[in-house]
Amino acid sequence: MNQETLLVGLAGVLAAAAPIIFAVLGETLSERAGVINLSMNGTILLTAMSGFAVAYTTDSLLLGFLAGMVIGALVALVVAFASITLKQSQVAIGFVLALTCRDLAYFLGNPFMGVSGPRLQAMPIPALSAIPIIGPLFFRQELSTYISYIVIFLAWLWIFRTRPGLMLQGIGEKPAAAYIRGANVNVMRYVYTVIGGALIGLAGPTYSLGVRAGWMGTISGLDGIGWIALSITIFGGWNPARAAFGSYLFAFLQWLGLVLQPVLTQVPSQVLQVAPFPLMILTLLLVNIGDAEWVERTLAAMPETTRKFMAKLLRAMRASPPAALGVPFERD
Amino acid sequence: MLKSRLSGFIFQLIAFFLALGFVSLILVAVGASPFDAFKNMLNGSIGSMRKFAEVLVSFVPLLLVTAGLLITFSAGLWNIGVEGQIVLGAIGTTWVLRLFVDSSVHPAIVIILSIFGGMAAGALWAAFAGALKTFGGVNEIFGGLGLNFVSTALTLYLIFGPWKREGVASMSGTEPFPDVFALPQVPDLRISLWSLAIAGVAILIVYFILQGTYFGLKIKAVGKNIRAAYLLGIPTWQYSLYSFLICGALAGAAGALQVTAVYHRLIPAISSGYGYLGLMVAMLVNYQAIWAIPVALFFAALNIGSIQLPILMHLDSSLSGVLQGVLVLFVLLTEGVRQKFVKKV
Repeated sequence: MNQETLLVGLAGVLAAAAPIIFAVLGETLSERAGVINLSMNGTILLTAMSGFAVAYTTDSLLLGFLAGMVIGALVALVVAFASITLKQSQVAIGFVLALTCRDLAYFLGNPFMGVSGPRLQAMPIPALSAIPIIGPLFFRQELSTYISYIVIFLAWLWIFRTRPGLMLQGIGEKPAAAYIRGANVNVMRYVYTVIGGALIGLAGPTYSLGVRAGWMGTISGLDGIGWIALSITIFGGWNPARAAFGSYLFAFLQWLGLVLQPVLTQVPSQVLQVAPFPLMILTLLLVNIGDAEWVERTLAAMPETTRKFMAKLLRAMRASPPAALGVPFERD
Repeated sequence: MLKSRLSGFIFQLIAFFLALGFVSLILVAVGASPFDAFKNMLNGSIGSMRKFAEVLVSFVPLLLVTAGLLITFSAGLWNIGVEGQIVLGAIGTTWVLRLFVDSSVHPAIVIILSIFGGMAAGALWAAFAGALKTFGGVNEIFGGLGLNFVSTALTLYLIFGPWKREGVASMSGTEPFPDVFALPQVPDLRISLWSLAIAGVAILIVYFILQGTYFGLKIKAVGKNIRAAYLLGIPTWQYSLYSFLICGALAGAAGALQVTAVYHRLIPAISSGYGYLGLMVAMLVNYQAIWAIPVALFFAALNIGSIQLPILMHLDSSLSGVLQGVLVLFVLLTEGVRQKFVKKV
């Protein structure tokens, strides 16, 4: 493989990660506020279909993306209403929406299956795209990929470097304390869940109008991505920078599977395509295992140097969810 | 108590009609007649004996999976990994059948062994999710989802790798087993009374466990309040694992019957989404095992009834999934409204 094809491949990884980044960061915002939006898998499919359908009928890419965001926000609103106002199980409502939105996408998307419609074109950035290596890698992308870079940065900045972001951390960790500090916990949870939903809704059109242009119904290959994005949210430790790293890693592994296919002929190609998923569980295990009591006991029995190294490794991997995740807030 | 049960029933009825109304609106929006669509679905599911037999073929795995999920739900667990547990059941059964394919052992014994093999494999897969949760701190939802993907990968690997068909491997699955390895079917229909009986016995056992045993009571205690259960001296993590094992075994049985009674081979989509559908049925019946029978039958009828829709009305057959999902959604929402407003009065 020469340098040219390698660069094209890696640039493709950055583009393929863009929709996952939108979904993971949307989920991160929502979960930071304490609400799990489990509907993601269905939302991505539904917004992919409707984004394509709207762009196709109106011939406007912008409207397609907007439609995706609005629908993502509406689905999130149902999650917020059921869990915050009606105090029903977030997991139950999210799971049902995940299945319903998926089937709704297949049902409503039927007339649009396989038709060719508008799609984003590469938009090289003048000057920057001329830089060797960095140019073709980062700056000859589609608009959605540039937006994904910006969203990572903004989300990180918002959560860790602004006052409202601090409050956001508060309503997910210690809602009672945030309430005393003057935060209207439930209203803020509504706001972040809906904004997070809109961001998740951006993921669908990024697929259907860019990365995997078009709508192919059940063979679109998008079913399952939402579940992956959920586990990347955990892997990301509810930190936008780490979440972005997880998204890139996942996209890279999928690309690697494609590249390795001709080399590993004895492994069926269908297996390589799903190979990143088991790796995801493994990382989830590493992220969580530091909290288990038996691990601490085993560590204590190890010789000093190994123990220190292992403890450091586990601490670096570890990520704890917001303490009030999934717990309804009631002032009393 | 009686009053709350009555209001619960009324709200569920409201949810049912809201769901029908919502789906009708969707149908009108795509330019189809809701009346025709529902009529065709009804006709497609109970219009003839042959069609109704198909409904029962779909009902068996759904009921088995729901029975298992009632146990994990009672233990407060979201066993999303049930889909993979069905797959492993099918793999385990296929494995046992392959072992005996050229042997002189009586086929009836082989079939029984293979079903137990499937149940064991399903239970093992559930134990993975359980162990990840108890010893690794991985939430059962994410561990289960991950294991679902792994089980799909495993199926594909087996179909395209070691168990591939003579000549060329394909998505159509492994080499079909000889007819003697199939559970006996009703003449001219695809349904096997044996599998129907297995599913029926399973739901009765689960009903009995949850209603009439000390074991069931402990599982429910763990599900209601894990801390209180622990303080009362119930070994909570063991009971969580037991419920995973039972659910996995029942899901494994569903997978086993998909192989021995329906497809007679391992195919890539062997679980057909019954695990996820079973989660919805289990949510809908709200821990009441006996209700699982009519609800699972209704959901199976929707599945089969929608198969003809693409030919008859140019509608996608995913309409059944929409109707099922919207129904559960409205039941959850109306239940929330009821709890919020009715209880206070």
